[in-house]
Amino acid sequence: MSTSFGSRRLVVGAHYGLRDWLAQRVTSLLMALFTIAVVVQILLPGPLDYTRWSAIFARQWMKVLTFITVVALLYHVWVGMRDIWMDYIKPVGLRLALDIFTIAWLVGCAGWAIQVLWRL
Amino acid sequence: MATSLKEQPLKRPPVYRNIHVSDLTTYRLPAAGWISILHRISGAAMFLLLPFAIWLFDTSVTSEVSYEQFTAAFSTGAWMLPGWFLKLVAFALLWAYLIHFCAGLRHLWMDATHDVGLEFGRISALTALALGTIVAFAVGAKLFL
Repeated sequence: MSTSFGSRRLVVGAHYGLRDWLAQRVTSLLMALFTIAVVVQILLPGPLDYTRWSAIFARQWMKVLTFITVVALLYHVWVGMRDIWMDYIKPVGLRLALDIFTIAWLVGCAGWAIQVLWRL
Repeated sequence: MATSLKEQPLKRPPVYRNIHVSDLTTYRLPAAGWISILHRISGAAMFLLLPFAIWLFDTSVTSEVSYEQFTAAFSTGAWMLPGWFLKLVAFALLWAYLIHFCAGLRHLWMDATHDVGLEFGRISALTALALGTIVAFAVGAKLFL
């Protein structure tokens, strides 16, 4: 762990860059796992009607995996959108407003998705 | 000798700058540049279309009644938008997802192997673009045609 005092204290920033970089990759792998799980179940033989489609997400392990994916998506998209705002939006006030909009948008969407998942 | 130095035209070092939006019409991006900017555009597009994606999830799994609503959206339309337009948006979402997915795998591959040469960058970018597009059209044709 980094030291925040003394001669060995960290003087080059909070290192959240590395954390976000790593988080974006870890979350992408989790979402890829979910994608593969859904695609494989869709490709299984038989017609894809409502009963079969909703049953895919009703299984407990799929609910857990979908929930993990929603949370992973939340973090992944936050890192990505913040990168976009940092690259193109220079006025601090506007950037802060867009950051807040991004968080509100994402938390709202995640809440909705989890609500859908929970009543299955 | 001293005068010839003076008469020589001043050799300016080349200047490299970020391209400006107005350069986009003349600036030719390499394949790796295309996949890079498409990765970003597709990500931003999916961020904006997130409520639409969750609406699709909601109506398609919640009940048989809502499932009817889900399928009807693509034939008769919803929110005063025609069905063909919603099909187009859904296809854009699908394409964005697949391009983003392939570009992301390319990133993970480069992170894991440090395979970041010019030639690999070009080939892998073209592969990701082609794979994402072909699968998008294949799945899109199965869903909508």
